[in-house]
Amino acid sequence: MDGTLPTRVNASPAPAPDPMDTRPFRIVRRIAEVDGCFTLHLRSLDGRPLVYQPGQFNMLYAFGTGEVAISISGDCRDLTTLVHTIREVGTVTKALAKLKVGDVVGVRGPFGRAWPIEEAYGNDILFVTGTIGLAPLRPLIHEVLHRREHFGKVVICYGSRGTHDILYEKDLHRWRGRFDLQVHVTVHSAPSGYRGRVGSVANLVKIARFDPEHTTAYVCRSETMTRPAVQALHERGVTSDRIYVTLERNMKCGVGFCGHCQMGGSFMCKDGPVYRYDTIEDIFTVREL
Amino acid sequence: MVAIEGLGRLLAEHPFFQDMTPEVRDIVVGCCANAHYRPGEYLFKEGGKADHFYLIRQGSVAVEVHAPGRPAVVVENIGEGDIIGWSWLVPPYVWTFDARAIEQVRAITIDGACLRTKLEANHELGYQLYQRFIPIMGRRISEARLRIVELTTDAVY
Repeated sequence: MDGTLPTRVNASPAPAPDPMDTRPFRIVRRIAEVDGCFTLHLRSLDGRPLVYQPGQFNMLYAFGTGEVAISISGDCRDLTTLVHTIREVGTVTKALAKLKVGDVVGVRGPFGRAWPIEEAYGNDILFVTGTIGLAPLRPLIHEVLHRREHFGKVVICYGSRGTHDILYEKDLHRWRGRFDLQVHVTVHSAPSGYRGRVGSVANLVKIARFDPEHTTAYVCRSETMTRPAVQALHERGVTSDRIYVTLERNMKCGVGFCGHCQMGGSFMCKDGPVYRYDTIEDIFTVREL
Repeated sequence: MVAIEGLGRLLAEHPFFQDMTPEVRDIVVGCCANAHYRPGEYLFKEGGKADHFYLIRQGSVAVEVHAPGRPAVVVENIGEGDIIGWSWLVPPYVWTFDARAIEQVRAITIDGACLRTKLEANHELGYQLYQRFIPIMGRRISEARLRIVELTTDAVY
């Protein structure tokens, strides 16, 4: 892939024509992933592709049940298919989990700020993530690989609970097979005889090879697990202004009207979910925000 | 004599021992030996007397918890350059996990029982060792707590 950038990837996130307009998408493929996760491949019924950037999310509507914010997890250069990986945890995601190929869902979006890419040109790239946190990062990994010549070392640090719930295992294998990527995978526990790494994702940050002074890190973990990841990055010498994190709140409208996802002065649905760490460092550990 | 000099150099180059004063490091070197473990061989077993700690020079070691009637569970892998074992510092000096070589392991074993007797007489030795072991203990406890959160909370990823 050459370094030519499609206009839509270069452009700042374009808001949906009408952010309250729910468009019908048909499920064309359903993949049972690990750990209660599944992936839906969607195709628009109105013939218009949904243009998005890595890190953005959509509101998926299970008709008759409700809407839920789900990160987009495909390759943003593929305009034919919209990909969402979802974990079955609440009412709406359970309803989505019951849908089959051929069923229709409503899609509103895309929403939110994307992972910045051009800011990292010339730097080493470090992805730090765990379990389903890989889903919102996958579009960015695809995009970084499309523009591979703009970056130094590219490192993926991924952790899962066990050897049985490694998300996108085929992708990780494929990426590990490349000569221009470091892929480190760890699990929290493993059966005796397992020869891979067992331990925390933060430990992967400690062993990964990159130049800390010229590294941009993208962290996609829960807030609880983001803190030790950021600490490990700080210990390696990656400063807060080169660390990007994602946050999650209960997003409803997607455009900053309803206030459900407010954190301090920020509305996560439109000011986030991606933040540069130094911009939220002060409020990151404030309780009950 | 050559072996001792070699071990002294290895210890002096390792980050864990690097900033020790030469006098204290010499005492530690006097309690060191080279060791080799084949794949599957145990460095120590839960319940055994904790009289050593180990600096892994090559290979990796699985820290395991065994359970009756089922295979052991690996809870951490310790790799090259890591230190394993701090139970020798804390009464009742008993291992709380198994440690098993996953592959060929070359290590430096440090005789903790020997050091314990010297700690009583040499508080500087004790200070310098505790200064290095306590951060390792703290980090492992903190990691263990976070992993409990991660393993028991649905929303955590």
